[in-house]
Amino acid sequence: MGGLAHFLEDEGLATTQISLIRPQTENTRPPRALWVPFELGRPLGAPNDPAFQTKVLRAVLALLERDDGPVILDDFPEDAPAVAAAEDGEGWFCPINLPPPPADLAAGGGFKAAIEAEIGGLTTWYDIALRQRGRTTMGLSGMTIHEITDFICAFLDGEMPDNPNENQSLGQSLKFAVEDLKAFYREAAGAQPGHNTGKEMNNWFYGDTAAGKALYALWPIIDKLAETADDSFMKTFANLLLIPASQKYRAKKEA
Amino acid sequence: MVRLADLDEPERSHLGNIPCPRFDTEPWVSGPPLKERRIAVISTAALQHRDDTPFMIGAGDYRVIADDTPAKDLVMSHVSTNFDRSGFEQDLNVVLPLDRLHEMAEAGEIGSVARFHYAFMGSTDPVQMEDAARTMAGLLKADGVDCCLLLPV
Repeated sequence: MGGLAHFLEDEGLATTQISLIRPQTENTRPPRALWVPFELGRPLGAPNDPAFQTKVLRAVLALLERDDGPVILDDFPEDAPAVAAAEDGEGWFCPINLPPPPADLAAGGGFKAAIEAEIGGLTTWYDIALRQRGRTTMGLSGMTIHEITDFICAFLDGEMPDNPNENQSLGQSLKFAVEDLKAFYREAAGAQPGHNTGKEMNNWFYGDTAAGKALYALWPIIDKLAETADDSFMKTFANLLLIPASQKYRAKKEA
Repeated sequence: MVRLADLDEPERSHLGNIPCPRFDTEPWVSGPPLKERRIAVISTAALQHRDDTPFMIGAGDYRVIADDTPAKDLVMSHVSTNFDRSGFEQDLNVVLPLDRLHEMAEAGEIGSVARFHYAFMGSTDPVQMEDAARTMAGLLKADGVDCCLLLPV
């Protein structure tokens, strides 16, 4: 981000920016930056909180009226509301009762049956979220949620499914299918009002759902597949882009 | 929150040690009061129109987001899995605050909002974005923009 600021200022355009990782901004030294103590992925701090978002915007735009740079790096003084709620013991929990995953998910067809059962419980909430928000962020894969389940579970069953999009590699298609699967779950789980953090959502998805456990099972399968497939993206996807580093650490700590 | 001291060790080291470009110069452009500025948003969230080509690993190019693009037409094709997407799923404004900027323009706090905004993918080495960024600067000036709000994820 700081690099872009340098290029644009060098071209004669004033810039101001949000900083999410302060040491990176200290190293890159863009002209004006406001560090915020928010989660990665939420530069304005809180979804569905216009007053808080405007407060952040006013703070970052106010740097444009200062004349004591370069370099200006200020700190925003407030935590995002969801984090404050979590620290007060009022954190988010998924309000939807899903069927507990069977003990032996890896048995023939176990993941597919369990994920389909979860989708059955989530669909009403996904539809509610869709109506409330007027949008879904699914769509990168071009598949329905049931086609996505079939596609991902084929890998888990040791099959090599057809690539649903010949304009991209099989690994890229799998990446988009996984992103759409996660979006479906999170959009459904977040349908009810109230603040939540990404960390809470991830802990639920990777810790409590069969779909999350399926991605852990997928990891070694596609890592091995990448060794034989002519798909350079597949190995990177398996090891860096499938499961968040924070969730891998959490799973290791709890094992 | 992203106070590095609050993160678990693997993530703390990873984020704290990501190589950053260093620059020999410190350009600084001043301008009119905020209430007269025309503002464009530059996001590194890999936002794109549903019909756009997705961002791939190492992509240094950008996608154009018209200011009147409905939120339902935008998706996120960022390759990284190490940041939250649930905020974006609930409210586009948490990554692309166009509604908030228009409210500020209507209230006279800023001059106006640009006709076009731009999205890169933040996990790419910024050096790979330089040519595209300098080209984009010309497009921004043609739109009358005199200030860019840069938003990472």
